[in-house]
Amino acid sequence: MIKPLSKLARLILGDAQADRVVPPTGFTARLTVFASATMAFLAVFALALSLATGRLADRWGEALAKSATIRISAPVDQMDAQILAVTEILATTPGVKEARPLSEDEQRALLEPWFGPDLPLDRLPIPRLVEVIEDDEGIDADGLRARLAGEAPGAILDDHARWREPLVKSATRLRSLGWIAIALITTLAGVVITLAASAALAANEQVIRVLRLIGARDSYIARAFVRRYTLRAFGGAAVGTVLGMLALFLPPAAGPEGGFLTGLGLQGLEWLWPLLIPPFAALVAFFATRHAALSTLQEKR
Amino acid sequence: MIELEQVAYGYGTGTLLSGVTMSLAQGSFHFLTGPSGAGKTTLMKLCYGELVAEQGKVELFDKNVSEMQRDDVANVRRRIGVVHQDCQFLNHLSLAENVMLPLTVSGRSLHDPSELQELLTWVGLDRQQAAKPPELSGGERQRAALARAVIMSPDVILADEPTGNVDWEMSLRLLQLLVELNRMGKTVMIATHDMNLIRSAKSQVQARVLRISNHQVAVAGANL
Repeated sequence: MIKPLSKLARLILGDAQADRVVPPTGFTARLTVFASATMAFLAVFALALSLATGRLADRWGEALAKSATIRISAPVDQMDAQILAVTEILATTPGVKEARPLSEDEQRALLEPWFGPDLPLDRLPIPRLVEVIEDDEGIDADGLRARLAGEAPGAILDDHARWREPLVKSATRLRSLGWIAIALITTLAGVVITLAASAALAANEQVIRVLRLIGARDSYIARAFVRRYTLRAFGGAAVGTVLGMLALFLPPAAGPEGGFLTGLGLQGLEWLWPLLIPPFAALVAFFATRHAALSTLQEKR
Repeated sequence: MIELEQVAYGYGTGTLLSGVTMSLAQGSFHFLTGPSGAGKTTLMKLCYGELVAEQGKVELFDKNVSEMQRDDVANVRRRIGVVHQDCQFLNHLSLAENVMLPLTVSGRSLHDPSELQELLTWVGLDRQQAAKPPELSGGERQRAALARAVIMSPDVILADEPTGNVDWEMSLRLLQLLVELNRMGKTVMIATHDMNLIRSAKSQVQARVLRISNHQVAVAGANL
């Protein structure tokens, strides 16, 4: 552990003289900075996607798992009796923390997006809804269904399982896709930086030849390239990360009407996660360039 | 210092050197001559480990080149200063930085910064130390290459056609510098096909002339 750390310290502190042996500019240098910035920018979004979908999966899972709805379909003259029967059943059902029938205004508000504000609820055979909030133990859905069938035949329990499962599954898959995207971005960054470093090594064949001729060891030559590309990758990734974080402010803030996309962002301590991208990019560049440099040098005497 | 024993080397299917046996003793001065394409540069490269003999054995400072690790080769090259005909420099660095490069890559520095000034004065380049290599003339580049070759105070100096691109006056100046190094105890070998240069060394140094002929190295004529 101490050896890699001392290597890293040497890499960061550097050697001003050694640093100068590689020509300072070139196409590959710009390519590395640009590729790192782009990858970091995309990584911020992939990270935000993963974290946001993770939050979403948790929220949907928790919220829907702790609530249920009872739908009562009955002739208008029997509706109040059915509601009373259902409320009494729920009052004696273990696992029910709170149960209440939705008022007509609440039901109208639920239907308003589809049917408009002037819906004559009292004249339409629309089922009434009873909202059930569960306690930590939760209800025995099958037992409750059996009781409802016996004592309030028009009442049907919806424990949200058929909504919850696909939603949570979708959110979980989106989260996995986010992490896969991060893995692919990392791999791609490694490949691009390896190609850039290899191109730089090929373009600097004369430099390498001179250095070998005057007694430079492979580690010295490799370090000159590795340090340069690691720092470039770090710098490029830092710029890309900052731009990515600023871009996360572009979507409108999450609101009750916003749905999924408006929640694509970072919250609280999650904003610290993108700060890991530049050092991680530098780490990828370090190993990619080191591998490319040592492989290239092995081909020369 | 440098020993070759029954060394053979070729490119592709052709044999360039075969059964070469020679030795460069400490403090000796050798000219290596032969027609163009005879293998002078190849022999030089075998002597500083850039090439590995296909047959036979090359020993540098009592170490077999074919058994050396890459870091060992680098270490040996710190003891051998090489001057090429096409002096190779890092064009983005100044002349002074190029001359200092062997020290830089080995993590060393001069005891006294004035030593660099002295060295550049010795090769007549003290006024050009800030210049970049492309700004230098052929003769200046050759002298800069010589300064770079000796800054580590190597035991052996190998010069491959060092006077190939310079006028006669500059050739004599370079020869004089190499003779001075030999007087300081350095082993020197100069590959050249310029017989006038070899003759002009007669009065200055006791040298042996090695000639490559028919893939082999033989002592040519009497020692100078």
